[in-house]
Amino acid sequence: MGAQKKRAAAAAAAARVSEDPDDLARQPLQAILLADSFTTKFRPITLERPKVLLPLVNVPMINYTLAWLEAAGVAEVFVFCCAHSKQVIDYLENSEWFSQPNFTVKTIESHNIISAGDALRLIYEQNVIHGDFVLISGDTVSNMSLTQALQEHKERKKKDNNAVMTMIIKKSKPSPITRQSRLGTDELFMAIDPNTKQLLYYEDKADHSKGTICLDKMLLAENPSISLHNDKQDCYIDICSPEVLSLFTDNFDYQHLRRHFVKGLLLDDIMGYKIFTHEIHSSYAARIDNYRSYDIVSKDIIQRWTYPYVPDVKFCGNRATKLERRGICFTAFNSEIEQSRSAQVGSFTVIGYGTKIGSNSKISDSVIGEGCTIGSNVLIEGSYIWDNVIIEDGCELRHVIVCDGVIMKAGAVLKPGVVLSFKVVIGERFVVPAYSKVSLLQQPTVHDSDEELEYADNSSGTVEFSSIQGTADQSNGEMTSESSEAHKPKLGTGGVGYIWSICEGGQEEEWRHSVAPIPEDKLTELSEAMDDDQELVTQDRTALSTSGELISDSNASEGDDNEDSKDDSVYFEKEVEATFLRAVEENVKVDHVILEVNSLRLSYNMTSADCAGAVFYSMMKLAIKTPHSSAIGLLTLYPSPFSMVASNAYPIYLSGELQQNTANIITTWQKLLKSYLLEIDEEIEIILKFEEMCLESAKEFSPLFARILHILYDKDILQEDAILRWADEKEGADESDKVFVRQSEKFIQWLREASEEED
Amino acid sequence: MPDTQVLVNDFLNKLKKRKIEGSQATARQTAELLRSVISQQRVPYTNQAGALIDAVKAVGEQLIAANPVELAVGNIVRRVLHIIREEDLSLTTAAIGGLNLSAVSDDENDDDRDGDSTLSAAAVAAAARSTLRPPSLQTLLEDTPVSAAVPQTSSSGGDSEGKTADKSSRSRKLKHDVIEAVNELIQDIVTCHEQIAEQAVEHIHQNEVILTLGSSRTVLEFLFAAKEKKRSFRVFVAEGAPRYQGHLLAKELVARGLQTTLITDSAVFAMISRVNMVIVGAHAVMANGGVIAPVGMNLVALAAQKHAVPFVVLAGSHKLCPLYPHNPEVLLNELRSPSELLDFGEFSDCMDFGSGSGSPLLHVVNPAFDYVPPKLVSLFITDTGGHNPSYMYRLIADYYSADDLVVQRRATAGN
Repeated sequence: MGAQKKRAAAAAAAARVSEDPDDLARQPLQAILLADSFTTKFRPITLERPKVLLPLVNVPMINYTLAWLEAAGVAEVFVFCCAHSKQVIDYLENSEWFSQPNFTVKTIESHNIISAGDALRLIYEQNVIHGDFVLISGDTVSNMSLTQALQEHKERKKKDNNAVMTMIIKKSKPSPITRQSRLGTDELFMAIDPNTKQLLYYEDKADHSKGTICLDKMLLAENPSISLHNDKQDCYIDICSPEVLSLFTDNFDYQHLRRHFVKGLLLDDIMGYKIFTHEIHSSYAARIDNYRSYDIVSKDIIQRWTYPYVPDVKFCGNRATKLERRGICFTAFNSEIEQSRSAQVGSFTVIGYGTKIGSNSKISDSVIGEGCTIGSNVLIEGSYIWDNVIIEDGCELRHVIVCDGVIMKAGAVLKPGVVLSFKVVIGERFVVPAYSKVSLLQQPTVHDSDEELEYADNSSGTVEFSSIQGTADQSNGEMTSESSEAHKPKLGTGGVGYIWSICEGGQEEEWRHSVAPIPEDKLTELSEAMDDDQELVTQDRTALSTSGELISDSNASEGDDNEDSKDDSVYFEKEVEATFLRAVEENVKVDHVILEVNSLRLSYNMTSADCAGAVFYSMMKLAIKTPHSSAIGLLTLYPSPFSMVASNAYPIYLSGELQQNTANIITTWQKLLKSYLLEIDEEIEIILKFEEMCLESAKEFSPLFARILHILYDKDILQEDAILRWADEKEGADESDKVFVRQSEKFIQWLREASEEED
Repeated sequence: MPDTQVLVNDFLNKLKKRKIEGSQATARQTAELLRSVISQQRVPYTNQAGALIDAVKAVGEQLIAANPVELAVGNIVRRVLHIIREEDLSLTTAAIGGLNLSAVSDDENDDDRDGDSTLSAAAVAAAARSTLRPPSLQTLLEDTPVSAAVPQTSSSGGDSEGKTADKSSRSRKLKHDVIEAVNELIQDIVTCHEQIAEQAVEHIHQNEVILTLGSSRTVLEFLFAAKEKKRSFRVFVAEGAPRYQGHLLAKELVARGLQTTLITDSAVFAMISRVNMVIVGAHAVMANGGVIAPVGMNLVALAAQKHAVPFVVLAGSHKLCPLYPHNPEVLLNELRSPSELLDFGEFSDCMDFGSGSGSPLLHVVNPAFDYVPPKLVSLFITDTGGHNPSYMYRLIADYYSADDLVVQRRATAGN
């Protein structure tokens, strides 16, 4: 087996040498094509068919990749099949790819592989890669020329043995509103050395809510210049040296090509391996990662960015298609379609062989597969309809994917973003809600919980499928009938299939990756949120946030905020509150918080009494905000002679909880508070502040005033002198002001008695 | 046979993936491929020409389907078919002449034959034509019945002879003759530039200003030839967006010491009043005298017509296509990648289909060719001389037999 391969490789090498005696081309170029994405983004379709065989403008995706590899001068491709490996291998065997001159395709099959990392480790064990190779997944569409990138890679490799990988990137601006690229992937940040093109930083999961990314300061220290890009798209085409495979083997925890391998290499400075980038300008490359990129890449293909891999060029056994001009735009047609005279086929549409279109139907911006039957008065807009679909009269489809063999009964409506998997039947006049996914197979119940998702991306996905696939295959017939009984109401009369529930947390993200365009209201919502952000940025130049609160760092004290003196104390209070909340969230040490608050105090020119008031205010706010966990009967925890005094009408458990929370917070942060309570005046300030709060901003505390006062006293935050002096001060005040004095009358009385006793 | 299959597949791949650029290279490679197909083809004792025609048609059909826009492929396939027919005819007439009696004797089984007397007469006429090459309207009109009967003629001729030794020598002779003729064809294709360039002095005169668009090897050689004959003239080169091959042409012209001015395509109209003659290359010349040429050519032709400047098209005979254009702007056009026009990265935000209605607002169209109607063309210069557009169909009748115009349908029907 191995020998055979070597011989083939040698033969290929000989063939290459004879036609191209160039020094660089002596080694035949090899490629590893991963025919499995190891993700679950295309479910439920991928439960029944591997992603690489899904038709993209009526041609299975893998053909685009293979056609490109062949054109780019790759001599030998190893197709790594995992999920549905049999289907992939069968397809390749029946295709023309096995019979190409100067281009060998070999398949490697494995069933227990759960990630790209595992796949590369297996290939390393097989020892078939001898030189530089192209690493690509079977869902990549490109028309770039590899020559230059390959040459750069080899030259770098000659100079520096650690330059193990060249990553192909392409300029593509992300949307400023949705923070994602046009392919529906997250905004990607890359730091690249502009001179050497070395990749220094790669982050595709940046936290947009903070609006910041963190660069290691060593990056700035070590490199004379860095350009940080957010407008580069990772094409997922890598030119690798053989070391890459051994690196995967050495680091057996590398699973994901980008998340683990690339980031791992970038962080690891012991081995000193380097990754470089090659930017392509005029040619096209994109990977289909989710439904949105499926839509976008399809449209790019129809708009001919991928020339010569376009519908009317026969690049891989696809049927001849003709272009026809519709107005100014072009539509690809197959010569043998039956189209009613009154049917309107709009621009940017591809219609497959043997499809029938009824009268008065309107089709635009869509791809329709082979052998479909479309009734009359059907409206199809921006949709992808695969082979042998039957759409009866009066259906409406907008921005949906419809797989092979689906039957839509008359009058059915698919809302934007719907995905119908294989052989689903939609009942008459049934309206499928937006973004729903319908399949004959039930949603796998062993659903990944959110924490697992990270791994589920890589692992559980494929394992699950195969088991499900097994059962599905044998019981497909039964299931159909079964489901039609059980789920009749779900998909209308005569409907067959299950609507998958959208997994928790995914719902609001669904629009990001769907085939449908982002709805108007979402965009306005996002852009409004962005405007808010920008306002905040202008308000406080030092901090960015989306939560609508001002967050200040310690360096906010640089004094340039002094200008807006109109309402300093309010701002100050807010700043302190924000600082405090952040401290609570991030578990900042008390000392540091003190430091921060002090600096704020300096910058706002406040007294320590103000600080104390502000800190206390924020603590109380936090107490209210803290979720009221069930804590019934907490009163007993704080046995106090006055516990029953005030809480007459108020529900006991609620106030008990609040009290508990307050007590907890005070206990935790008493040190912070105490650091500002230098004199008795500050303590009085706190009581006054508390009183004010109870009257105005936090009425929840009013019934608890006396008890919290007692807690404060217990914790040695307030001295009895302060309380007494406060009571004295209030002696002469209005009746309305004396509510709380009276509420805590008993406590004060007790204090007085106690002090007298002491005396 | 398997060897040719590999060659054919290889060539098909290249055509499909648009790896071969330029009609001359395509034509030459097609002819070479067909030559090897013919030489590998085993010829039966009877109906040799039919077998060869079938083989060439089978390959030709695939080649044409692989890139229907590259008309040179179809032209060469048809030329080779024509060569086979002509050679066969000349052999047959020789045989008939030698036997002194005709195929009149064998009218046993073929009911679809119209009349033997016309056949033999036409055969003689065709043979005469093939040797003397005086093309006439009459032969063109008569061509259809004759060519349809050609295979039968040869077979019947062979049957009536009944001499195996003679036949085998004849079959070898036919193949040999055909391959010789194809070699000549290849030679013609390779040397067409020189043959066209020879006529340069007759057309370019002292102190003239010549305008051209884009880059064409034929035009380049043509201008050089005039320069070598000590003609001094100036050349305006329109750059030929979006591929800007005019820049390359300007570079080459300057390297040979020609006074060159590079202008944008849009400046053609402004400059045309100072131009004495427009000389351009073509992608293909259709049977009606229309021209398929790089995009922008129609604009130049219209400008030339407006100012009564002669619009001269240089085309090797392999570019003569026997088809009449139907909807040539679309059907005979190639829409290339928009990336030649604009940078994808810069415009990527205009093509975000994720917002709005989902249909793209920006659409970039990049057609490769223009169609110039015959009325805008003043003169064609081919390797056989200068011709009026209205004479094109006559020229085409020289090179092609009317029978082969539809290569595909015949072959599929035959199979």
